Amino acid sequence: MRGNFSTITKMFSASVVAAGLLMSTPAGAADDTIKVGILHSLSGTMAISETTLKDAMLMLIDEQNAKGGLLGKKLEAVVVDPASNWPLFAEKARELISKDKVAAVFGCWTSVSRKSVLPVFSELDNILFYPVQYEGEESERNVFYTGAAPNQQAIPAVDYLMSEDGGSVKRWVLEGTDYVYPRTTNKILEAYLKAKGVAAEDIMVNYTPFGFSDWQTEVSAIKKFGSAGKKTAVVSTVNGDANVPFYKELGNQGIKAEDIPVMAFSVGEEELAGLDTAPLVGHLAAWNYFESVDTPENKKFIADWHKFIKNDKRTTNDPMEAHYIGFNMWVKAVEKAGTTDPDKVIDAMIGVSVPNLTGGYSTMMPNHHITKPVLIGEIQADGQFETVSRTPGLVMGDEWSDYLPDSKDLISDWRAPLSCGNFNVATGKCGGKGTN
Amino acid sequence: MTSDRQRPDGFLRRPDAHSTFKGRLKPMNLLRAIGLTLLFLLATLSSSGAGEADLRGIIAKFATAKGFSETGTVVHDLAATGDPAVERPLAALADGNLYIRKADSLVFVGKEAGDIVELFDPLSGEKSADAAKDDITKIKVNNTLRRVIRDALGTLTLGAKDPAVRIVAADTMFKTPDAANIGPLDTAIASETVASVKALLEQARAASVLVSDRPDADKLAAIALIGARGDRDAVSLLTSIEANASGAVKEAATAAIANINSTLAFWDAGQNIWYGISLGSVLLLAAIGLAITFGVMGVINMAHGEMVMLGAYTTFVVQQVIRTSFPDLFDWSLVIALPLAFLVAALVGLAIERGVIRFLYGRPLETLLATWGVSLILQQAVRSIFGPTNQEVGNPSWMSGSLNVGQLAITWNRLWILVFALSVFAVLLYVMKRTPWGLQMRAVTANRRMAASMGIRTPWVDALTFALGSGIAGIAGVALSQIDNVSPNLGRSYIIDSFMVVVFGGVGNLWGTLVGAFSLGIVNKFLEPYAGAVLGKIVVLVLIILFIQKRPRGLFALKGRAVEA
Repeated sequence: MRGNFSTITKMFSASVVAAGLLMSTPAGAADDTIKVGILHSLSGTMAISETTLKDAMLMLIDEQNAKGGLLGKKLEAVVVDPASNWPLFAEKARELISKDKVAAVFGCWTSVSRKSVLPVFSELDNILFYPVQYEGEESERNVFYTGAAPNQQAIPAVDYLMSEDGGSVKRWVLEGTDYVYPRTTNKILEAYLKAKGVAAEDIMVNYTPFGFSDWQTEVSAIKKFGSAGKKTAVVSTVNGDANVPFYKELGNQGIKAEDIPVMAFSVGEEELAGLDTAPLVGHLAAWNYFESVDTPENKKFIADWHKFIKNDKRTTNDPMEAHYIGFNMWVKAVEKAGTTDPDKVIDAMIGVSVPNLTGGYSTMMPNHHITKPVLIGEIQADGQFETVSRTPGLVMGDEWSDYLPDSKDLISDWRAPLSCGNFNVATGKCGGKGTN
Repeated sequence: MTSDRQRPDGFLRRPDAHSTFKGRLKPMNLLRAIGLTLLFLLATLSSSGAGEADLRGIIAKFATAKGFSETGTVVHDLAATGDPAVERPLAALADGNLYIRKADSLVFVGKEAGDIVELFDPLSGEKSADAAKDDITKIKVNNTLRRVIRDALGTLTLGAKDPAVRIVAADTMFKTPDAANIGPLDTAIASETVASVKALLEQARAASVLVSDRPDADKLAAIALIGARGDRDAVSLLTSIEANASGAVKEAATAAIANINSTLAFWDAGQNIWYGISLGSVLLLAAIGLAITFGVMGVINMAHGEMVMLGAYTTFVVQQVIRTSFPDLFDWSLVIALPLAFLVAALVGLAIERGVIRFLYGRPLETLLATWGVSLILQQAVRSIFGPTNQEVGNPSWMSGSLNVGQLAITWNRLWILVFALSVFAVLLYVMKRTPWGLQMRAVTANRRMAASMGIRTPWVDALTFALGSGIAGIAGVALSQIDNVSPNLGRSYIIDSFMVVVFGGVGNLWGTLVGAFSLGIVNKFLEPYAGAVLGKIVVLVLIILFIQKRPRGLFALKGRAVEA
């Protein structure tokens, strides 16, 4: 029944499109531009992070047009506002693909918004570029993950803390906001730490609600946990808004980075902009990009950004770089395929290599994740990060964690003939399930 | 000889000379050991330290050091000279203010001044030149290096003139004990005149004795001394000693830890109460304006949170103006922001009442929807004007840091917010109970028609009451800007809690709001350590639902317009 219905819908929509083409004589006008969808919240709680990404995309599209567009056509940005409302993300994605006929969509921030648009993208066969670090355990044909997978952020960060440079940490507090990304990441980290010989009593896991603002109890618990005579560090997956009161409380209770460093995965330049960072000097963050990275590409990017946004104070951050990489990859893949047809572009994407902003090249791998360097930075008094450690080479995004029992046998390879996002190497079958 | 000892802080960076036998030979460690020995010798022989040329020679090595460990070696070399003059370059390095001039590889202490950096001589501190930022490179430091410097400075500043500096030095040496510290500490203790500093120095010495190879009798005395200190640092130190000791020393350490922990458990309970009171004061501040608009007037005001946000943004604007025009007044910024925030929020409240709410009295559902709409409009307006990102609101110096009462750390910002919340409450109570305006307000609430018959202009009393409630929310925003994000979403996070407090305390009763806020705060904070923040909040909500079932009108029920309707 369902099949019939969708066939009918397809036929109906096809005829509507055909009728539309027949009726509208200046049909050529629509063909002069390639539309690019931007699906980022401009209102609601996530606007704080996502508005910047919308602006970054507009800048990138502007620049591409200044260079002469793509395939001889101008690019046109179609901006919609899903208003931090997860079901609305799916609706707006559908609108972008079906109504505006965009060639690709750049968008989403939270994992739940990504999960809510996944069915839309596979049903309508379009492309989503997802620019934010996430928990992994996913690989979809229609999604390209330009943010970090856990092994491109969390694992190297913990490795750094364990090293002599990082302070040879022996005791770990995993502090997170209570939702899917911190929970999955902490599961991976716990498994990883135990594999490295850390005893269960040396790991403390704690979760707080979204937007949590009264950190007194948590910070004093960290202080207490840290007084067991072993070097202690906090690995923080605390999200967005809750970070400011968290760091303020750390500063006020006198926890210094030299004693108990906090390694954050969701704190970037943007979050620090709302903070007096003087008491936070030395706390850490792990990203694939810092605004302070000194490369000609990054200098140009920052200068362009300041010019575009008309504000010298605005910072750049890691997800912006992810969009920079993702957009350039898409442009290259479209040129390679000679068309914007998503089906062909998806195949052309694999193996595409573009410069990133940290002085190297990022390549799209068959698992739809990219290669990136991992940087560890310390917060400075001016709200920037100083890179204190950098992986020697590029790290390839690993979508299915090797440290979780459910996903360690899974791999993803979207090239023919395998063309599978969750192939189980133990059973030899496509269709494994990870931990979520 | 206790050789392979674990550092009390678990920090394997600098095992001392003994552990080099265990194959942990690293240049840094060895140098440190040598350095400390040298320092000891220098201190006992009261030598005048190395010559200035030698110091400059060592400092010049910063320019060629690659990576943190080599920089660390240079730090050790400098500290090993024992010359107090090295304090300046080392402190500058720790603060990230030590630069190398690219042209001639000379090392300077730098001070940023706009686009240029003023360069000072690292030893004499005399100004030598200005440099553009591109012409110099900053010497990078990381946490490990900062600790190395802190420890080195600790030893060097033992004889500083300022007792506060000596306290920091003693504290550092307590946290990172080293057998080689005993000598310098003995000298320092002998010449110390301030009793409190002397006690700290003796504790630091005891810590160093514990990690040395002194006889057990000395160690037992040291444990007794440290046990008397009774704080978390002492537990931390003793735990690591316990793990590596044996016999009488181990037993004594175990007993001391148990003793300290039982005292700390008592302080923990006190801490929970304080945290609860502090959370309660925040809840009180957030809810107190609502206690008027919702409690007294019966308007379900969903835009209440946005009034708080407006107050916070007013603080931001005030601080922005002060930063650019009157930087000296920064510590007064909150005081200046208070009346302005009250005015801004009260005027917006007045406009909302006159423009929207007065047409909707007696229609709670429509009021709810209309004020919800107003809240969205205000949020988006602020987002359009100031942008969606957080704005930086600084803490004045008197609101930063903490105060120690026994083993209880009370942060100044929380303490001031408590004081502030209580004074706002007192003022409001006075206005309501002791002024003609308050009398009119209460009259209108109790019986509108009777009040109107007595010649009270009820529409204006309504408007001013709403403005008062909004204004109070505005000044709450000034205080909350100190502990929370100043973003367009600020209000959203307080609206639920505010309604919870007002409904729980009893609609229409200010005292109910006070008791409600503090009891919710304390219950929440007592649950948090056991149930976690997420579950704790759920338990509190369940408790409130059960309570409301039993007493639908909250703790203190009062007659008011809400009740009539």
